[in-house]
Amino acid sequence: MTEVNPDERSVVNEVLIVGAGHAGVALAVALVKADHPGTVTLIGDEPCLPYERPPLTKRLLYGTSAVAVPLRSAEYWERSPVVLRTGERVVAVDPERRTVRTAGGSTVGYGSLVWAAGGRAAACGLPGEELHGVHTLRDHGDLTALRADLTGARRAVVIGGGYIGLEAAAALRTLGVAVTVVEVAPRLLARVTGSVVSGFFTALHRGQGVDVRSGTGVAAILGRDGRATGVRLGDDTTLPADVVIVGVGMRPTVAALVAARARGDAGGIDVDAECRTSLPGVYAIGDCARQPNPWSEHGGAMRVESVHNAGQHASAVARAIAGLPPLDPAPPRFWSTQYGRELRTVGLPAPTDEQVARGDPALGDFSVAYLRDGRLAALDAVDRPRDFARAQALVAARWCPPDPEVLASPDRDLPRLTPAAT
Amino acid sequence: MKTVTFVVDGVDRVLDATGHANLMQVAVENDIPTIEGECGGDMTCGTCHVYLESTPEGYDAPRGADEEDMLEVVEAPTEASRLACQLPVDESVGGLRLRVPT
Repeated sequence: MTEVNPDERSVVNEVLIVGAGHAGVALAVALVKADHPGTVTLIGDEPCLPYERPPLTKRLLYGTSAVAVPLRSAEYWERSPVVLRTGERVVAVDPERRTVRTAGGSTVGYGSLVWAAGGRAAACGLPGEELHGVHTLRDHGDLTALRADLTGARRAVVIGGGYIGLEAAAALRTLGVAVTVVEVAPRLLARVTGSVVSGFFTALHRGQGVDVRSGTGVAAILGRDGRATGVRLGDDTTLPADVVIVGVGMRPTVAALVAARARGDAGGIDVDAECRTSLPGVYAIGDCARQPNPWSEHGGAMRVESVHNAGQHASAVARAIAGLPPLDPAPPRFWSTQYGRELRTVGLPAPTDEQVARGDPALGDFSVAYLRDGRLAALDAVDRPRDFARAQALVAARWCPPDPEVLASPDRDLPRLTPAAT
Repeated sequence: MKTVTFVVDGVDRVLDATGHANLMQVAVENDIPTIEGECGGDMTCGTCHVYLESTPEGYDAPRGADEEDMLEVVEAPTEASRLACQLPVDESVGGLRLRVPT
């Protein structure tokens, strides 16, 4: 029989959430709403109160105010039973003793540990990356540093044509900065959408004066006196720049859990449908969790970076901790805003899907339905909120469109299915 | 006082809406069950579905077309369904009454 330390016994109901982003906060709130009987502690490594991440690449970048949009007010946290500890980084997990250690040297016990630490902007690995004037954009500190550098900046190069790079490019154009987007893949947004939507966003950015260079690698970031002056492309072209933004994805913050022998690797922590890791009493949620995904092309495990996914994971863990059975998963959804155009996605478009356009991308509002084995696997809607709304139930049900004509006719609404219970 | 009432499981929760832009924010700040406000008020998530029970005189916030579309994704929509993020907190909001889904 294992001897149980009385201190350990007392922490059985204590939930420790590491990471105070969207996923961590959503879980803390869900536990409070469910009247969780133990203490809920939320530890975040940023010094400020938990805030909304999506505005960082949008209005906080081009607008008059760069003040973070808090997820909950200071008064909320004062009132809340959640113990919020900001500015503390968890550096080690001891799954035997059920404790974590912070960089400041304090030890915190847990009954359940929920790893919601998100990730950091990926480095591009290019010579010159360390120069002043080179920025990533993942957290509010990054935003503050970038905005400070934009004062007086005339030219910018964005390395990476994904959501972050393109939203940053749009914000910089709004500020009147000349922007070049360099993407190594043959098209923009190649990882997240099909060729039709990629083509639309390429044309949109070009129409706004952005120099879009797809299929182009970067050889080096150039500098003088410690400050970036431009980039040199793979074909030896030099692009002068006052500011360089690197938007080449994120790396999950998982080293402490991997070191504690949770199944996973630098690419993510492996979890099951209820976000349980291979360690007892330890869950992983949000951007850092790799989970079998029924909406992915082959149903394989993957990480999903989105606010919606963070909320779904939080809800799943709140239910698991309360001993409730899991709910059916909802298809992933994403949104992006560029120059006032709204892209809303449900499902995970795959490169081999058949694309059916509803409306002409060259003329404005349109959607693209993605068919996989004849079923609706995903849909991208650009300023067509009704398509986006109806597609959620259709993708969830893996709807088989009986008449391709309806799908391709923008004037004919998608059918309305009764939403599944959530 | 901009007092609004959220009916939760048949019980009135009377809240002061002062300082908030809309009723989704009021609900989120007060841990009202079922109201998540996941998209921050962009009408992309449908997680702030409420049933409007009564509006004070002079309170004018009709349903928009985008809101109608999003209300299709919520569970058990009725004629009274609204997205709380589309119900602004203004001078005439005091006395508004709504019910959250259970």
